[in-house]
Amino acid sequence: MAVKLLAYSDIASPVHRLNGVTKLLCFIIGSVTGMVIYDTRCLLALLAVSLTAFYLSKVPFKQYSFVLYLILIFSLLNQLAIFLFAPEQGTLIYGTRHELLHIAGHYSLTAEQLFYQFNVMLKYAVVVPLALLFLLTTDPSEFASSLNRIGVSYKIAYAISLTMRYIPDVQQEFVNISTAAQARGIDLSRKEKPGRRLKNAVSILFPLVLSTLERIEKVSAALELRGFGRGRRRTWYKTRPLTTTDAAVLTAAVLLSAAAFTVTFWDGSRFYNIFV
Amino acid sequence: MRKPVIEFERFTFQYRAQSEPTLHEIDLSIYEGEKVLIVGPSGSGKSTLAHCINGLAPHFYPGERSGGLKIMGEPADGWNIAELSDRIGTVMQDPDGQFVGLTVAEDIAFKLENDGVAHAEMVRRVEEAAAEVDFLDFLNASPQELSGGQKQKTTLAGGLVGGAPILLFDEPLASLDPHAGRSTVELIDRLHRESKRTIVIIEHRLEEMLHCPVDRVIVIDDGRIAADLPPEQLLCSDLLRAKGIREPLHLTALRYAGCEVTPEMRPRSVETIELEPGAGRLRSWYEANAAAPETAVREPLLELNGITFGYDPARPVLRDVSLSVGRGEILCIAGRNGAGKSTISRLICGFHKPIEGSIRLEGRDLLDDSIRERAQRIGFVMQNPNHMLSKPLLYDEAALGLLNRGVPAEEIRERVHETLRVCGLYPFRGWPVSALSYGQKKRATIASILVLRPDILILDEPTAGQDFRHYNEMMRFLLELNRGGMTLILITHDMHLMLEYGQRAIVLSEGRRIADAAPARILGDAALVEEAHLSETSLHLLARRAGISPEDEFVARFIRSEKELTS
Repeated sequence: MAVKLLAYSDIASPVHRLNGVTKLLCFIIGSVTGMVIYDTRCLLALLAVSLTAFYLSKVPFKQYSFVLYLILIFSLLNQLAIFLFAPEQGTLIYGTRHELLHIAGHYSLTAEQLFYQFNVMLKYAVVVPLALLFLLTTDPSEFASSLNRIGVSYKIAYAISLTMRYIPDVQQEFVNISTAAQARGIDLSRKEKPGRRLKNAVSILFPLVLSTLERIEKVSAALELRGFGRGRRRTWYKTRPLTTTDAAVLTAAVLLSAAAFTVTFWDGSRFYNIFV
Repeated sequence: MRKPVIEFERFTFQYRAQSEPTLHEIDLSIYEGEKVLIVGPSGSGKSTLAHCINGLAPHFYPGERSGGLKIMGEPADGWNIAELSDRIGTVMQDPDGQFVGLTVAEDIAFKLENDGVAHAEMVRRVEEAAAEVDFLDFLNASPQELSGGQKQKTTLAGGLVGGAPILLFDEPLASLDPHAGRSTVELIDRLHRESKRTIVIIEHRLEEMLHCPVDRVIVIDDGRIAADLPPEQLLCSDLLRAKGIREPLHLTALRYAGCEVTPEMRPRSVETIELEPGAGRLRSWYEANAAAPETAVREPLLELNGITFGYDPARPVLRDVSLSVGRGEILCIAGRNGAGKSTISRLICGFHKPIEGSIRLEGRDLLDDSIRERAQRIGFVMQNPNHMLSKPLLYDEAALGLLNRGVPAEEIRERVHETLRVCGLYPFRGWPVSALSYGQKKRATIASILVLRPDILILDEPTAGQDFRHYNEMMRFLLELNRGGMTLILITHDMHLMLEYGQRAIVLSEGRRIADAAPARILGDAALVEEAHLSETSLHLLARRAGISPEDEFVARFIRSEKELTS
């Protein structure tokens, strides 16, 4: 069976034991902080916290490796794009210019640009583990009730959690369909020419989309038959009261974020300047 | 006076997308505390009837209705699906696709959550419902850990938990193995006896449902009520055969033996039927019919030797499995869900590589052959045709495999036409695939494989979800292919299919091969039947009750004369 990508697995870890609401709020606080500030010291501190949390969660690498690679590729592209479109962004921000290497035309590598892009990378490094951690350690049903608790309509919350619930099933279906298709000579591997590969991918997606639609119809009929959507509010079987640990973690997150903001904006700028 | 809880009065229903009504002027009353079975071939309108009762039609599947429908004495028009669900608990088929919770308890609680029931009361009622279906120990289990029957129990408890006085079952046996199906039938019966609930069951598998008593059987055909009778009377009429519904096998056997069956004999089940006059006739019929010939020894075409395989090598799904398929043979592979049936076919097709053991075709090891190369010789047909159909037009679908192999256009045309003719699809060659019926789609997938001219065809549950007529059509078609020289491997837990069409059967249990024998012999072996989650057929029990031994020989003779009579 294919390894389930980004699916929740029940592991006994302190992170898993935390309430879904706590994890959601920590994720939101952490990513807002990480996105706003550019202070290298604070980002490094946040990175340490977020990596520690990841380590504590004991989630096996296989479960997120694919997504991680995907994110890495995109952030590399992103770095390249920043350099291509704004090669002097760093000097603009830090107000100095230490040229390290002239490349061509008006493109040259400056220490300021390198430092700036390093900070951008750090931001990703802070936010990505938090996002993955939230997805991987939150029981999908608790996920829905957490979203609902912080004010999201339960119908939307449930739609998201059902999608997560069926991701492994659809993955399995995809494997089944594509292997059967391979037997008929529909090859998706690199042996095939790109144009042909694209065409072949369509012939596999066609039945997958159809069967997914079929599944959606069945599930939504089942939901309605059991009274889903009748009232503006609903209750949740899986709701756990917030424990003292949750409170402690939340307090710590808020304090940490406040500290990061204070340190960053102490001198009135969200950047940490090592060049003056 | 009995109180009617569901009343149809000159009720007609037409789906918005259809040009004709699906239900015509239905007059039907179901009374409080009754247990009613509704049978009918596919397309007869029996599912639509269920949808009209629980409100899916017209609220979910839009359409026009006329005439009257009262639920619990009040017109149903005024209620939406959610309000109807307080009165009618629906248990749908395919519990797999509708498991909304991540644990059994959550799934059962779903209705209560939506009703906004407070947490403490919810926990109490979930426990009550779970206790009622005898499933308390599994409250924290996740759906992946459950067998088909256990999932069915969960959906059943989910239907009970709202406290609705009417329970509606929509094909409850559809995705269950024979053993789990039997337990479900018994469980429904216990629920009926122990509570005052009204129970309505829609199902085309009559024999299995009649394992336990029902008050009435309603036969739907062509959108109308064709019969509304107590089971004993219905079974003694010709109605079932006329409407294409399979009668219980023990009755067919008695008919062959020339016994007249009357309602007084209580023919509902092979366990209840009075055999006094019939036993003697059965015995003389048995003596008069020649012994079934020993099956010929065949030259092996495909051989699996000592196959061990696991997605996780520490926990193999298959352990040291060997089997061989003879040229021109029909081999069935049976076993409960998760026993390794599908894995075997995937290994044969090369989707996975075995950890140990070899697979040989005509003596040549297939290890180094790619999926594509193997597909030239071994065709694989998935259970759900929608998983295989990828082209809008039938002709293109059938031609796809050849096109991908670079066969010249002229030859493609010739081979596709020839194959479509064999499959009875030639008149539809220019049709969109979506316009074909389910059975035709299934044939289309077979055609798309046959066109590659394989030596062996592997079919995963070829008749799943099809009624008796379509089952017969499909199997007759496969039999014809087989007579033309095609070797067939059928993966199934349908015991009738095994009995009637399998020349030999392999039974898997927990990744091991536990039997390799004639189907009639396997199904007569109580220990095997138990382990493989099959269930004893009514024919075996009939033979035992009539004092005929060996039972499997009786079954074999029955199958043979049935084949002679129907072909």
